[in-house]
Amino acid sequence: MFYREAGQYKSDYASDQAIFPIRQDRIGVLLIFLFALLVIPFIATNYLLNSILVPFLVFSIAAIGLNILTGYCGQVSLGTGGFMACGAFFTFKLTTWMPEVNILLIFLMAGFGTALVGIAFGIPSLRIKGFYLAIATLAAQFFLIWMFTQNPWWTNYNPAGVITAPPRALFGNFYITGIEATPVNKYLFLLCFTAALALVAKNLVRSALGRAWMAIRDMDIAAEIIGIRPMAAKLSAFAVSSFFIGISGAAWAFMYTASVEALAFEVTRSFQVLFMIIIGGLGSILGSFLGAAFIVLLPIALSNLPAMVGLRLPVDLIAHLEFMIFGALIVFFLIVEPNGLARLWQIGKEKLRRWPFPY
Amino acid sequence: MTLKRLLIGSAAAALLAVPVTATSVQAQDEDNAQYFPGLQYRSGPYAPSGIPFANGYADYLEMLNQRDGGINGVSIYYEECDTAYNNDRGVECYERLKDAGPSEPAAWSPLSTGITYALIPRATQDRVPLLSMGYGRADASDGRVFPWIFTAPATYWAGADALIQYIQEEEGGDLQGKKIALVYHDSAYGREPIATLERLAEEEGYELSLYPVAPPGLEQKATWLQIARQLRPDWTLMWGWGVMNSTAVQEAAAIGYPMDRFIGIWWSGTEPDVRPAGNAGTGYKALNFHATGTDFPAINDILTLLYDEDEGYGEREGVGEVNYNRGVLNAALTTEAVRTAQAEFGERPLTGEEVRWGFENLHITDERWEEMGLAGFAREIQLSCEDHEGGGSAYVQQWNGEAWEPASDWIQPRNDELRPAYESSAAQYAEEQGIELRDCSEEM
Repeated sequence: MFYREAGQYKSDYASDQAIFPIRQDRIGVLLIFLFALLVIPFIATNYLLNSILVPFLVFSIAAIGLNILTGYCGQVSLGTGGFMACGAFFTFKLTTWMPEVNILLIFLMAGFGTALVGIAFGIPSLRIKGFYLAIATLAAQFFLIWMFTQNPWWTNYNPAGVITAPPRALFGNFYITGIEATPVNKYLFLLCFTAALALVAKNLVRSALGRAWMAIRDMDIAAEIIGIRPMAAKLSAFAVSSFFIGISGAAWAFMYTASVEALAFEVTRSFQVLFMIIIGGLGSILGSFLGAAFIVLLPIALSNLPAMVGLRLPVDLIAHLEFMIFGALIVFFLIVEPNGLARLWQIGKEKLRRWPFPY
Repeated sequence: MTLKRLLIGSAAAALLAVPVTATSVQAQDEDNAQYFPGLQYRSGPYAPSGIPFANGYADYLEMLNQRDGGINGVSIYYEECDTAYNNDRGVECYERLKDAGPSEPAAWSPLSTGITYALIPRATQDRVPLLSMGYGRADASDGRVFPWIFTAPATYWAGADALIQYIQEEEGGDLQGKKIALVYHDSAYGREPIATLERLAEEEGYELSLYPVAPPGLEQKATWLQIARQLRPDWTLMWGWGVMNSTAVQEAAAIGYPMDRFIGIWWSGTEPDVRPAGNAGTGYKALNFHATGTDFPAINDILTLLYDEDEGYGEREGVGEVNYNRGVLNAALTTEAVRTAQAEFGERPLTGEEVRWGFENLHITDERWEEMGLAGFAREIQLSCEDHEGGGSAYVQQWNGEAWEPASDWIQPRNDELRPAYESSAAQYAEEQGIELRDCSEEM
């Protein structure tokens, strides 16, 4: 009834190809963004900002990155953790080397650096596919972590191999890393940054480049025959994906934990991001957000649940319950909708259009 | 179909409900209570080490509540969160607990070097002390750069120094040409002592070989084959934690490494580490900075007040074990800091800032240990604005097959060499972070 596009005429190509062709969607997304930008900073507690929204946004960037590579271009990667580590350590080296350069630029530079690393490790994808490629990217994971652990240069010779985020301001006194950075600052910066990156990603996948990726994903031989160069398409997917993942790693180290060792980007981190895009929906930007929300928020929700309903359970019991319920929910969602939460949302939208008179 | 909807709906509702209510959880009516948050781990691969520590910590606080009504009548409000020894989870727990008590937190003790690193900026920002007792950043002993971080009673660097001194004594004073291996947990924790051991290698002339073990450390066959077949070191040191310790002791026993030449740091010298190896573990040594057993009036109070009433956190048998007593020590240091601060600021729930004053003026003499019912439990500890470690002495204990017994006197680390190392490392951190050194002469 409310969600109906009747009467919304498209009179030019631009409006027909808009990201949100339906007016209600446009308004809805804008409202959500404005709510997140203008209302949440005032009503949210530090716990909500620091421990829930910041990691959610950081992982959303990583999930978008991996989704570009795996969801859109069909190249399975298990090197996400390694690429996140690249972003984090590149940022650390760059910002301690050039403290006067704006941190936003440093993040972008670290992203580009990670993109180069991604291209290097993407080269095997020209020859190998599927599971074999996953194993080849696993090599990137182990090599990169090994490099950051074994070379004290990367941590400025910290005896423990840990990097700590120095205080950096986006402008003036608006600190987004280090001790002075307030949770609100970090959140606002990440929110805008993530939104901008998501917009870039959405437009990339709708461009000629994105269509080339999808053609490669759907059938690489056919794509080659119709004139898509596999090398350019695959390596550009690796580059763009690594760029996003590198930035998310930098944000993880600098804005979430504020202090990080290479161990934080172990292979479990790669799986975590992979689970996000599988549960959220392969080949969907929205799915990246939904998957990140599911994987980041649900465990925290589960461990808070007993206290919320007034139960005082021993903490170890809560921890074990959390694992069991979380595992069960993953299985449940995959059975209900193997194509991910994004598909679930799409089905919901279809139903909403016909509501209240379904046929 | 309806069931499916119900389940999806309830899952979604759970997700939505969290942010709103998560922080309003512990609205208790305890006005006159000091808040002690507990970042413990009773789950995950390190739980065997984490559980006894958490029990000791909680039991000591509860015993004070029952015996004395808290600290000078200010009761203790204790709340735990399970970190699973995971850094991300530790940060989440910190944020969750920090506003969850009736007063400001007295101090944090995450029992994890990784979590300590992550909490240093946070505790500094929130102005609450963090006591990383025998773990964490060694250079945080410099209170001018790390005003909120305390490392009492000893750092890893002090531990490394004490170990080398012990070996030197056993070898008759000369380490020239000796081979020493370090088996370590390949994380921030395990890498802490390397710099000190390398510096001492240059000074003393021994040859140091490093054997990183990937966490959690269940796979060490290759490491120990190399040690046994290729290197054949005179001494082997270990920086391990959790299952890594027991695995190492069993592997060392399996290759026939002489156990009395295998010494662990204080986190590698607990009962669960050596018991799985059975008799083969006999002779294994480890550092420690406090006594073991239940022969202390305060620990007896825990047994009679809590365990006799079936109110203890853990099993009665666990009381007096190494990690249990370490939890007791951690709680005792924190409560003493609160007590010291109460003498200055009044007997009421204190702020983090006031508790920090208590830590910096903490002086537990042998007489004070006796008054606390812990005579001989640990050495005299005195902290100051500059020195957040307070001595750093430790002793070597040896497993006799059934219990740990002391195998050396207290070893005093060479602080005249360690102190400049702390300071230069801290200065580098200060430079990276743009921290201005605190002027300790202006403090009270």
